[in-house]
Parts: sequence; structure tokens; C-alpha cells
Amino acid sequence: MLKKTKLFALAATAAFAISATAGAALAADLTIASWGGSYQAAQSKAIFQPVAKKLGITIKEESYGGISDVRLQVKAGAVTFDIIDTGSGGGARGGVEGILEPLDYNMIDVSNFVEGTYLPACVGTITFSTVFAYNTDTYKDGGPKSWADFFDTKKFPGKRAYRAKYHGALEPALLADGVPMNEVYKVLDSEEGIDRAINKIRSIKDDVAIWWKSGAQHAQLMKDGEVDMTTGWNGRFDVAIKDGAKAAYNYNAALLDYDCFGIPKGAPNKELAMKFLAEASKPEYQAAMPQYITYGPTDKRAYEMGIIDDAVAKTLPSHPHNAETQLVVDNSWYAKWEKVASEKYQEMLTE
Amino acid sequence: MSVAESLQAPVGARAEEAPNAAGLKSDAVKERMQLLGLCSPALLLVAVTMVLPVIWLFYLSFLSDEGTFSLEHYQRLTASKAYARIFYTTFQVSVLTTLVCVAIGYPLAYFLAQLPRRAAALCMITVLLPFWTSLLVRTYAWLVLLQRKGLVNTWAIELGLWDEPIKIVHNLNGTLIGMVHIMLPFLVLPVYASMKAIDTDYVKAAANLGASPIQAFWKVFFPLSLPGLFAGALIVFVLCLGFFVTPAVLGGGRVIMVAMSITDTIELFFNWGAASALGVVLLVMTLGSLFAASKLLNLDRILGGGGGGH
Repeated sequence: MLKKTKLFALAATAAFAISATAGAALAADLTIASWGGSYQAAQSKAIFQPVAKKLGITIKEESYGGISDVRLQVKAGAVTFDIIDTGSGGGARGGVEGILEPLDYNMIDVSNFVEGTYLPACVGTITFSTVFAYNTDTYKDGGPKSWADFFDTKKFPGKRAYRAKYHGALEPALLADGVPMNEVYKVLDSEEGIDRAINKIRSIKDDVAIWWKSGAQHAQLMKDGEVDMTTGWNGRFDVAIKDGAKAAYNYNAALLDYDCFGIPKGAPNKELAMKFLAEASKPEYQAAMPQYITYGPTDKRAYEMGIIDDAVAKTLPSHPHNAETQLVVDNSWYAKWEKVASEKYQEMLTE
Repeated sequence: MSVAESLQAPVGARAEEAPNAAGLKSDAVKERMQLLGLCSPALLLVAVTMVLPVIWLFYLSFLSDEGTFSLEHYQRLTASKAYARIFYTTFQVSVLTTLVCVAIGYPLAYFLAQLPRRAAALCMITVLLPFWTSLLVRTYAWLVLLQRKGLVNTWAIELGLWDEPIKIVHNLNGTLIGMVHIMLPFLVLPVYASMKAIDTDYVKAAANLGASPIQAFWKVFFPLSLPGLFAGALIVFVLCLGFFVTPAVLGGGRVIMVAMSITDTIELFFNWGAASALGVVLLVMTLGSLFAASKLLNLDRILGGGGGGH
């Protein structure tokens, strides 16, 4: 009996030792978490690996489920990520909740960033737009051109899809209702304003066949011709169009939004992470992204370096020509009205 | 507990007249302990994976964001009409799915029960085959079949059955089709088992006494098959209440069930208290409806009668 126990202890120690050395051999200087898929593949080639090479460090890439994963790690006191990529909304919320470290903007140069594409705890890396796409077969003689057209079911009859969450859903409704772009968030800054937007969506509810939940879904809906028009993210539509979807979109009064990098509170290598972000936020890395995926840089200088192909540049959300026609998403509004807006939106959805 | 009791009864009865009562009694205690010991891994597993989380769920649902006792999460559920509608949808979908499953599943099980054993086994495979395929795959397959430019609509239009694509999916219909498909085996299997257990001589005896085939079925066969039918329907109903993937994919965002609402609450707001409250209400309503069903249908008698007959 005793012998057996000893043997077991020995085996356990050996196993532990082996796993410990294996762990040490694999340990990287920094762990970066992003969204996976074609997006992270592009980031890896354009940003992560080149920056790591420049700084002479090793990195480990992981994919994760967004800011709620960071929250879990921070609350459990077991933070493994040094850097995370999140939507601007998650970045804003993470900063307010204190689960993301405030960034040192003496180190990170944002002086040439598109206005409103960085936050105290999250620095922008790519821009994307919430647009509407329409089926070019259904609307052969010219499709809808504006949000007003999207909401005009008499002029443009057809099945629509709209987002199942309130994010990026209320602004278009107000624009369609005649609110000028620069007053959208002013109007939304009250319960009546939110009700006004939701009532506008309510007015086309019978023509909304599907309430979409993910980017993959709205791209597929266009590809299958399941709906005639839908809101969604420009990059997804580009991929769908490349795959043969009969669709088109424009940047007229689209919502300009961005993804950003943050450092979770209590990250194992905070100092190095900050250095990494300072390097990764330089325009030359951002300029390398569009060759892999059609998301635009947040640093305007990236357009002037001759790295981005001219034809491609004109199609990107943050290209000066496109950016000026768009509404930049205001994350402080989201932080303030999240609960009210989501409850009201859900109420409308379940009617 | 019931195992221990049934063991105790005969031993105790005999102990009065036996001279070695004390020895027998200690043996009985030992045996009970051994049985308990054998059960303990399972009991522990159930306690750790079922009972504790449910207690934790109850606890969380009464905790405010600041960590004090409060009813705020329950008040939130009553403040917004949305939650009442979500619960209504959940029960509506579950009841309809169960009814359709019974309507399709009972005749199917009856047909299978009449077949010779080999043919029945073959047919049973066709019932079970979808059972072994991933739920996600089956759900998306329905989407491909039923959507606006899917196989069903395209073929029907080409055959001239209808002119415009009809809406079969991204609504309640699509959700029901998907859920019935997934739930059917859960109904067919217990019903088939209970039908196979019915002695065919009963039906023959009824015919012998002058009952028409229909009378023999309704008066003799059907009541005997009821325990299986109720067991199957209950399983289907309870499983439906917690459904997530199928309504999410086939409901087109219109069919919102409680499980989906719970995910949103966690993912969007990280509000464990509110999500727990939703879970608790669903659990209580499920238990409540089971209790009502058992009173209304006198389940104890039906299920008990099928099992033992005492």
C-alpha cells in the first residue's frame, strides 16, 4: 500500500515537472486575444507578428468571446490576457467599469486619429461601418439610397432584416425620421428620443422578416436572397459580394464605428503591453490591414503612406471621402442609455 | 430513501418472531449503509451538479447589484411587458410542439408496434437516425429547406403549387417544424415501449366479447398505452421549455424564448442576478405546470397503475 502511494506521488511529481517545463517553453512574453476568423488572421499578418518582431518579443494569440470574458477573468482575479481587441462599445464599458487599464496616451500617438476613435482605456485599430445593403436583382432600376428609403416600404417594397439588438439600430431610425446627422445623439439623449426611434422601427415591423444577431447571419441573408435589404457591417457585405451575392451598399449616413485594443486590469505584463500598443497604433501597421480585410485604419496618415492600394482605399469606411458622410458612433450615449434602450427595444421586439 | 424503506419493511416484520432479531437488524443496517455507499457517487454528483447550482441560482436572484437582499430582479420582470410575452411564447411553443408530437408520434408508435419485430427495428432506425445527428446541423438543414429561396419554395413554385414564396421559416411555424423534428423520438420511444408491453390478448378478448376494432382500441388498448404517452409528452414539454438553438435559428428573431433571454442578460449586461431570476421563474413555472398536470390528469394513478398495479 505504502509502495503504491509513493509510486503514485512520484508519478504525479514527474507529470507536474514535465507539464511545468512544457509550460515554460511555451510561455510567450505577451498574450493577445481577438475575435478569431478572417479578422484575426488579417491582424496577425498585418499587426501582431510584425510588431512582435520589431520589439523582439514572442506573442501568443488567442481568440475569445468579447468584453464579458475579460470581466470574468478580472472578477476571478485570474487574468491571462495582456491585450484584447474589442468593439468600441465594449471598450467604453470596460473603461467605465474599471476592468480595462487606462492607457498612457503619452506613449500612444493618437494625434492623427479619425475623431472619436479612441477612448481612455481603448485605442482604435480599425474602422467599420454599419450600412444597409440591398439586393441588386430585386431593385434593378436603382435601389434605396438613404435611410429614409430603407424605412419607406411603399417606395421600396420588400422583405427587410434589422438588428435584434439596439446597437446601431436607433440612429438609422432617427435619420430616416428626418433628424440631421449632427443632432441624432442629442435627440437620443432622452426617453422621448429613444421612443421616437423605436416607434419608427415599429412602423416597418411587418416588413422586417428577420431580426439578425450576428455578422455572419446578415451576410448569409443577402447571399441567399432571403431578404431584399438589411442593415449590417460593410466588411461582411464585401465578403458576401465577393462570394457572388447580388448586393450593393453605400456610406451615405452610415454609422462609423471602430474596434480597439485594451489592456485588462491586472494583466500579467502591463508595461510591455503598453509598449506593444504604442507600436501597433502606428499608421504603417494599420495601413497593412486592408490588403487582408476591408476595414479602414483609425490613423488618417495610413492613407498617405502609399501602402494602401488607391482603389481599395476609396472603399474603406474611414477614407476621408467616405468618413465625412458618416455619423461617428457615440459610445458615451451607449454607456448612459444602455439599460433603458435595450429594455424598450426588447419590448418592441416581443410585441 | 424508498429503496431503504422497502428493505426495512420485510426485515422489521420478520424481526418480531425471529429469535436472532438483533443480528438481523444489524445486518439490515449494514446492508442499507452499503447500498447508500453504492449510491453515494451518484448522489454526490446530483448534489454537486444539480442541487447546489439551483440553490446558488435562487440566492443570486435575490441579490441586488450592490450585494444586498432585494427583489429588484423580480420587479424588473414585472415592470416590462416584454418578459410576460417571452414566458407566454415559451409556453406556447412548448405546448404546441408537444401537441404536434403527440399527433404525429402516437400513430407512428402504434404503426411500429404492429409491425413484425425485424421490420419494426428497421423503421426504428429511421426514427433514431436524426436523433444521432447534431442538433445544430438538423436545425440549419431546415433553414436551407424552408427559406424563401429554399428547396421547398423553389420546387413548389416550379410545380405550380403556389406562385409567391410563402413564409415557412423565420417565424413560429419554422420553429415548430424544427422542434417537432428534434423532439419526436422522445415521444415515440416511450410510447412504443408501453405499447409493446400491452398483452395483445386483451384486445383479442375485447373483440371476443363483441367490441368492434375501434371500440377495442379506445376502451382497451388506448388506456393501457396512456402511461407511455404521458411520460413521453412530459419529457417533450419539459425539454421544450429550455430550448435555445432551434428558436434562435429558425425563429428569425421573432420567437424569443426564456433561454435566449437569459443568454442576452448575461452577455449584454453581465447581470447574473437578473438572469438567475429568469431561471428561477422558469423553474417554478415548470414545476407548477407539472403539478397542475399531475392533479388534472391524475398522473400518479395512471403512471403508478401502469407500473405495479397495487
